[in-house]
Amino acid sequence: MKGVRHYPGFLALTLLCLVILYAPLAVVMAYSFNGSTSITEWGGFSLRWYGDVFTGPEAGRFGQAAWNSLTIALMAATAATLIATAAALAMVKGGRFRGRTASFALINLPLMVPEIVTAVALLIFFTTVGLTTGYGTILIAHVTFCIPFAYLPIAARLEGIEATFEQAARDLYASRAQAFRLILLPLMAPGLASGWLLAFIISLDDFIITNFVKGAGMETLPTAIFGSVKQGIKPNIMAISTLMLAVSVLFVTAAYLINRKGRQSP
Amino acid sequence: MAGQDDNWRPLVRPLLIPTWVVVGAFALLPVLLMAVYSFLTKEFRGGVIWDFTLAAYDQFFVTRGLFGDEPAQLEWTYISIFWRSLWQAGVCTILCLMVGFPTAWFIATRPAQTRGIWLFLITIPYWVNLLIRTVSLKFLIRDNGPLNESLMSIGLIDGPLPLVNTNLAVQLGLFYSYLPFMVLPIYAAVERYNFALSEAASDLYATRWTTLREIVLPVVKPGIIAGCILVFVPALGAFLAPDLLGGAKTFMIGSLIDEQFRGSQGNWPFGAAVSMILLTLVLVALLLHARAAGREGAR
Repeated sequence: MKGVRHYPGFLALTLLCLVILYAPLAVVMAYSFNGSTSITEWGGFSLRWYGDVFTGPEAGRFGQAAWNSLTIALMAATAATLIATAAALAMVKGGRFRGRTASFALINLPLMVPEIVTAVALLIFFTTVGLTTGYGTILIAHVTFCIPFAYLPIAARLEGIEATFEQAARDLYASRAQAFRLILLPLMAPGLASGWLLAFIISLDDFIITNFVKGAGMETLPTAIFGSVKQGIKPNIMAISTLMLAVSVLFVTAAYLINRKGRQSP
Repeated sequence: MAGQDDNWRPLVRPLLIPTWVVVGAFALLPVLLMAVYSFLTKEFRGGVIWDFTLAAYDQFFVTRGLFGDEPAQLEWTYISIFWRSLWQAGVCTILCLMVGFPTAWFIATRPAQTRGIWLFLITIPYWVNLLIRTVSLKFLIRDNGPLNESLMSIGLIDGPLPLVNTNLAVQLGLFYSYLPFMVLPIYAAVERYNFALSEAASDLYATRWTTLREIVLPVVKPGIIAGCILVFVPALGAFLAPDLLGGAKTFMIGSLIDEQFRGSQGNWPFGAAVSMILLTLVLVALLLHARAAGREGAR
């Protein structure tokens, strides 16, 4: 008897869970360093497919797609963070008001509706209002579905900041704007940073919605990878996947560390 | 002080306007428009004619034979695709629960310092691109892939297991995609669980498993239900797992919808109708949850 917290077999299932989650990723990472042209045979350790990503025959296509993905994610995350910050201030600091529940439902709407439905609805919408699908429509779609992801950490952070900090500043004759700029904003910073980072990754990762609203000839990294994978998995895809995986892990680690640091300070 | 705080509160409320404009225009409005589209007439080049009709829903539910001259009967083609999706999403939810609950419990009962690291390990794969994860899984389980090769080399099987293009592969893909969604809400619930309840049960000679069934599960139920919804809803509309890991026999709702918007063969009103039916199923599931949560809260 090891107390009420311990159940036999739970550790084994947790380890199984981790093995399931990491095994496919580990295998692809390992094979991205395969020197062979065939994905089946191991041809020794080599970086040739990483070289191929930047200089190979498909480098232009994937480079353009990566650039689109990156610029869209930067802009979408920034816009979504600004909008979500404003919304979080209103929801957390606005007290009770009519339409608060409706606003909450609206912010979370992109999380409730299945992604494929959002994708179809946006395609129909853009076609009906006569917007040419392409870079612009992808950006609009990404800003929209990034809002709830940016909102969650920002609102959580804002709720954790006690009103006394601001009140103290006000008592010392700071104006509302000064109290906001000098006290509240710095305290919110970790929430803003993790909100932005999560929105950035969500935008970078999206496939289904982008695939519907991208129009012909416009590619982001996931849609370019999908198009390539439909013809079979090639070694260069594994190198690209590993690079994207590394970027995601880097960003999530940053978000995690910033958040932890934020929780330690006030 | 309080007065000073109260009268500026209305001033921050307009900060919601950008959200209303953006989400209203590019999430709510499109869904409403899609509902309208599901009642329009299909144009043969993949567009629509603004004539209101129930044709799309009729096509989904009713068949009148190959030439349209037989008595109307229930059309099973699309209903069975929905049924398969519901079944796959349901099985996925149960599997995720069976692995996710013990994992969440195990992590939540670690010392505070190590909890964060375990949780971080679970969340990392969630942030890796779903497409890349699905492709990785396909690479791992394909006929001459590493999984089959290693199983054959240790002599467990003679020939490769044909995994790709089966319902099992799709199930594995769904399970793999949404497992973290199950762990996180249950973890949050278990972390708040008061272990004194378990100790009290133990003092009254309840076995550990009785305690789990009679005390723990009812208390952390909201977390379990939240996890089930977070897995079930996206699994129901999943596109990548059935598309990349499945074949023609594993067609799910996501692929059915996708097909209706591809090129001139497409049928936009029908695709919109299928999306509406999917959305209705999801909303019903969410409403049932909200009602159950409300009843729970009232008790």
